[in-house]
Amino acid sequence: MKSNTELLAKVTEFIGYEADLLDHKGYQEWLSLWTDSGLYIVPADLNETDYLSTLNLALDDADMRRMRVARLENGESVSANSVGSTVRMMSRVRVLEAGDDLVIARCAMTLNELRHGKLVTYPANVEYTLKPSGDSFKLEQKVVKLLHADGFLRTVSFIF
Amino acid sequence: MSELIELQNVSLKAADMVEEGRVHKDLYSNPEIFEEELNKVFNHTWVYVGHESEVPEAGSFKTAYIGRQPVILSRDRKMNLHVLQNRCRHRGATVCEARKGKTKAFTCPYHGWGYGLDGSLRALPKPEEYDGVFDKKEMPLESLRVETYNGLVFATFKDDIEPLEDFLGGAKKWIDLFMKQGGGYPVKVLGEHRFNFPGNWKIQLENTTDAYHFPIVHKSFVTSLDEATADIFDFLDGEGFVEDLGNGHSVMVMIPQLVDLEADLDQPIPDRFAELAQALREEGKSEDEVKKLVRAAHGTGFNLNLFPNVSCSMAFFRVLRPVSVGETEIQHVALGGEGAPEAFNRKRMRLHEHFQGPMGFGTPDDGEAWERVQKGAQAGTDGWILVNRGMNNLHESRDGNVAGAVCSETGMRGAYRQYKKMMAAAGADQTAEESK
Repeated sequence: MKSNTELLAKVTEFIGYEADLLDHKGYQEWLSLWTDSGLYIVPADLNETDYLSTLNLALDDADMRRMRVARLENGESVSANSVGSTVRMMSRVRVLEAGDDLVIARCAMTLNELRHGKLVTYPANVEYTLKPSGDSFKLEQKVVKLLHADGFLRTVSFIF
Repeated sequence: MSELIELQNVSLKAADMVEEGRVHKDLYSNPEIFEEELNKVFNHTWVYVGHESEVPEAGSFKTAYIGRQPVILSRDRKMNLHVLQNRCRHRGATVCEARKGKTKAFTCPYHGWGYGLDGSLRALPKPEEYDGVFDKKEMPLESLRVETYNGLVFATFKDDIEPLEDFLGGAKKWIDLFMKQGGGYPVKVLGEHRFNFPGNWKIQLENTTDAYHFPIVHKSFVTSLDEATADIFDFLDGEGFVEDLGNGHSVMVMIPQLVDLEADLDQPIPDRFAELAQALREEGKSEDEVKKLVRAAHGTGFNLNLFPNVSCSMAFFRVLRPVSVGETEIQHVALGGEGAPEAFNRKRMRLHEHFQGPMGFGTPDDGEAWERVQKGAQAGTDGWILVNRGMNNLHESRDGNVAGAVCSETGMRGAYRQYKKMMAAAGADQTAEESK
């Protein structure tokens, strides 16, 4: 297997950058990473790929992302105020498709959340559809496939 | 000054911990009471197990629970519904672990006993070793009594309780109103959200008939809405009400103008549904159909609480399952129309995602409040939970029931009255199996 190490490094850097923004609640900057048509998706059914015709845990267009961030930032949500912090590890990054207009990549994520003094762990596969933009990328789609998506989850007041 | 106090209030029986207007906090935290509830409540009444659209064809099935007991809801080749205990008659393994699907038979993975969709034992390996020991006919999966009303499927272990329709009683009218939200198409399950919270099941039971919390807990959700929609959700000073429907059931009408989704079809289309209306027009729907579908897309303006485990809540079913005294699993079941335009069902799913489920803008804040109730209920021994709001302001409804203001706790009192009756019932100490 031969990798395009330059592209892999760029994609890995972008994924790490986005993860760092989310763990450090840099939500406004996170919003600016997206294309206007981008979709943030957390599927409830891992067998489905037609996300628009399926019930998801989250399917956020630009408006919903803006509102989700506002909810986390404006101090009105009692659950958002109770989230201590999150630490996520992104690894096993692989570029699946390397086009001029779109790059598709997949990685593993383990997100740890501290809430009311308790640790909760979320393992997931994360799929990125990235649009090259200058030296970096814009997010065209991010799909977070939680390992236990069809189980009984705890409620979530952060962004995967 | 606090005194050294016993860890649990052991002097009261569960039924005595419910008074008109207050309930003892031990009802949330005492594991012995929880075991008693599984027996006296969940094993002795009609429990919701699913919607008919979840088992649409011959061979369709879904798994569910009655309290802690796993069951299978199946549809046989003659289209009859069955609710079967998910336990092989041989050595007790579950015969089905899938959430839903289609099958010809349920086969035990341990020794290969195969059961039909009606539970009958069809085949087993090396049957000659049972010659003269038992007949296959004697060993079907145990089946429960099952009855339906307007698509809702309920089951019970009890052969001697009233028919489902008598149990639902005054709630039937509200179920019929709720089912109008298919917009002229039969209501269909589109998917579900699943989450749990570290708290007692009755905290959730109370919540669906609690309008008082809405503007406080869900402030961040209301902020995310456009002004016209936010106004609709500002209902505490409106004309809404809570009505006790008997047998533990109640309805909380928050938005009176959305009680009957087939009335007032001449209203203008709200801004947030403009895109949906346009998509429906482009599909060739007449303006009358567009208005009917848009109004149905809202969902109803009420929560119908059906004791003990399901609520028809505005636009979805909320199903609860008691796991332990301090853990409850909840399903938020999204609904649309069977054969309805794709744009309509998509809009219904997007609205569901907005508020419901573990990542919605509403549920996580509810979960936070419930978790705090469970935690707070550990403080002290003789604490009581108040459910007396609005007891000073009751009236008789048009249907002759007790009703209170929209933010009254009339529905909770109705549920606890039924709970008290069931927990106090003489002779209810036997297990479901013994009662058969």
